[in-house]
Amino acid sequence: MSSISTPRPQDNFYHDEKYGFRPWLKSWLLTTDHKRIGILYMFAINFFFAIGGLLATGIRAELVTPAADMVNSEVYNRIFTSHGIIMIFFFLIPSIPATLGNFLIPLMIGAKDLAFPKLNLLSWYIFMLAGFFALYTLFTGGIDTGWTFYTPYSTTYANTGVIPMGIAIFIAGFSSILTGLNFIVTIHKMRAPGMTWFRMPLFVWSHYATSLIQVLGTPVLAMTVILLALERIFRIGIFDPQLGGDPVLFQHLFWFYSHPAVYIMLLPGMAIISELITCFSRKRIFGYKFVAFSSLAIAIFGFLVWGHHMFTSSQSVFAGMVFSLISFVVAVPSAIKVFNWTATMYKGRIYYEAPMLYALGFLGLFIIGGLTGLFLAATAMDVHLHDTYFVVAHFHYIMVGGTLMAYIGGLHFWWPKITGRMYSEIWGRISALVVFAGFNLAFFPQFILGQLGMPRRYSSYPEEFQIYHVLSSAGSSILAIGYALPVVYLLLSLKFGPKAPSNPWGATGLEWTTTSPPPTHNFDKTPVVTEEAYSYNPQDPGIFRAQGKW
Amino acid sequence: MEHHIIPLRTYFTIFGALLLLLGLTVGVAFLDLGPFSVVVALSIAFAKAILIVLFFMHVRYSSRLVQIFAATALLWFFFMISLTIADYMARSGDWPPSPDSGPLSLAEERRLW
Amino acid sequence: MAQHNPAVPTQHSPHLAHHFDTLEQQYDAANAGMWLFLATEIMLFGALFVAYAVYRFVYPETFFEASRHLAIPAESPWYLRSVFLGTINTTVLLVSSLTMALAVHAAQTGKRNRLVWLLLATMVLGTVFLGIKGLEYFLKYEEHLIPGPNFIFEQANRNQAQLFFLLYFIGTGLHAVHMVIGLGLLAYLVFQSRKGRFTPEWFTPVEMGGLYWHFVDVVWVFLFPLFYLIGLHE
Repeated sequence: MSSISTPRPQDNFYHDEKYGFRPWLKSWLLTTDHKRIGILYMFAINFFFAIGGLLATGIRAELVTPAADMVNSEVYNRIFTSHGIIMIFFFLIPSIPATLGNFLIPLMIGAKDLAFPKLNLLSWYIFMLAGFFALYTLFTGGIDTGWTFYTPYSTTYANTGVIPMGIAIFIAGFSSILTGLNFIVTIHKMRAPGMTWFRMPLFVWSHYATSLIQVLGTPVLAMTVILLALERIFRIGIFDPQLGGDPVLFQHLFWFYSHPAVYIMLLPGMAIISELITCFSRKRIFGYKFVAFSSLAIAIFGFLVWGHHMFTSSQSVFAGMVFSLISFVVAVPSAIKVFNWTATMYKGRIYYEAPMLYALGFLGLFIIGGLTGLFLAATAMDVHLHDTYFVVAHFHYIMVGGTLMAYIGGLHFWWPKITGRMYSEIWGRISALVVFAGFNLAFFPQFILGQLGMPRRYSSYPEEFQIYHVLSSAGSSILAIGYALPVVYLLLSLKFGPKAPSNPWGATGLEWTTTSPPPTHNFDKTPVVTEEAYSYNPQDPGIFRAQGKW
Repeated sequence: MEHHIIPLRTYFTIFGALLLLLGLTVGVAFLDLGPFSVVVALSIAFAKAILIVLFFMHVRYSSRLVQIFAATALLWFFFMISLTIADYMARSGDWPPSPDSGPLSLAEERRLW
Repeated sequence: MAQHNPAVPTQHSPHLAHHFDTLEQQYDAANAGMWLFLATEIMLFGALFVAYAVYRFVYPETFFEASRHLAIPAESPWYLRSVFLGTINTTVLLVSSLTMALAVHAAQTGKRNRLVWLLLATMVLGTVFLGIKGLEYFLKYEEHLIPGPNFIFEQANRNQAQLFFLLYFIGTGLHAVHMVIGLGLLAYLVFQSRKGRFTPEWFTPVEMGGLYWHFVDVVWVFLFPLFYLIGLHE
């Protein structure tokens, strides 16, 4: 057949008109190509981000006035709980690994695919099944326990959809495990000739660390959810103090997963930043091995600090002290990364392209988020700040200011590779600035609110707090615009954007040596790697400036 | 592709050792060793598990990678159980609440505050 | 010994997936993946063992009494006591592990008939285990030891003893679920090996099935002393 021997034209890679609709649909839904699965994930995840964003809008709208006048407390509880669960389990945890990680890891290490392509597709279907249960819960009354499902509220008192949401999270966990397992085996076994561990892009190192957490942490959450469901259905006392159980045991098991889960969300963000900063500074990363091993250190130490969520529970003072100390230790590898990124930019030839603006935004916001984490890791300070808006602001600076900035930045950076089209650079820069400004306005006032004593999860508050809440809500509307902009111009670029060359940024890395978008088997010939990652120098050719109406 | 083929004799030897250990753990359970009964029971269990993992599951002959994976899982389980138990060991004397005490009355709660 | 040489892919094997260069690489990936999966299983059961450790640490006397009551119920003949049934079951499971290990050996050496029979023997032993386990559950049901409103325990604090039996049922129940899944895997392996799918060059599914089966055995090796044997001595 001639269709086999002739290379397929680039722009027909994702949609081949001549084969008709049903083969096209089949080519997506039954694909085992990691690139297509990454794109499938991208649709699913951005959909959940939109839902979580709508719920956030509900929260901020209610908090404009001190009284609970838009929704009552019951509804408010459901809104913020759903916002948390959707954003954490259905957006942040799968966001970067399942989309960009899926798409890029085989490309970056010169493999034809992930080690287990069918498992990869299966994990997407499992994720969709979990998403179905989550949506089912939302549309049948939601859930109001807070995203942490603390007992005895979730087991005894709540009369909302704890069980269906528990099922959703249980199932979503398997998807996460399968992705992590696939990545680890791929990175160990599928590297191209010459791609030694210390020649791998740091993106891959960070994803390796992330996968480690996914594989070792998620099963504990699964068991915890099983115990929670049994307790809720049969009232048998495993977490019920009146029946001899200990609710704090639930918190132990829950946070053993959920604290490392913070690093599942954050490490892939760091992965992207390492790529963006080197490329747009045209310099080698400063201290490659330190950045690589700090990812692993974060993954390991991240498992030993979970008790810092429980300083105000019946956890013993001794355990609190130990957890507090290790929490300070875990700040060190994060700081190493920040220092090394900053040092990488020093004397670099810096291009302020949209992805770089997002990366710089990440640096600023992550520093604030990380340093405020130290306040919370100190046991005495935490008694004052626990469950206040200070905590809310802190983890939004990490999750939104860190992970989300990196995700959008990475999406811009690899958009030409994924779609074969250039987006509008000027609008990209505008959106990065709008997001940065809106984010700070939305969340910085919350640090002050928390310090003044405003507790989280309340729909009404004293009038003296109103000014901060109004600022925060105003900031979040700007933030919403910042997120809506890329949706518009990225989608428009699919139709109107200029064709992307294979390496528009002049970046190093194997993914840029193949066409945009890459062919099904990624490389025509298995690449052989002969040099270290990020072998940039300032004399490298500049950035591809697309001509035309953009 | 070549695997190390373990001779049949090894499998039967290991199986015999496992049966012996089983008899030992049941027998020892009838003796009162005080706090050491747990230690002995768990040591025998670990010995059995190690025999199964090393020989039946071929880890002794597997790649270094597989050995590291198996050890890592065990280490992580150790992280989880040791830090959790450390909390319970260090808790003060009024925990756990005595089994007969119901929820606090309002007056008691006020007094505590 | 096959050389890892990507320049000359072994195209001839029908078992080599397109994205691997050699069967060796494919086998290594499967083996590593299986062990990572087993690592997740360790953490899954591990969470349960943590709960056990915590409550046993907090209520040692009750756990002693409850385990004694589980293993040696007061008025039952010796052959219906759980300590006897549990020991028999452990033996059954160890034998099934042996047959499974021998099955992998048979696959390795290309003895197809022996492979089929050993896999079938493993399945029979697994079924016997589940049967005895079911009998034990039934006896516990008759003795009102199922946690819930009908749970009766008079030798020690009822609620604390209920925690023990709760962990017992979740632990052994989850183990039994894994056994059922294992039986399904074995049935698939029997079916495939009868068709002659496995050769000394490629028998990865048999080996992976074996790893899973042995792992389930290892879990039982820990469940057995922790639940059946902690209250036997006076």
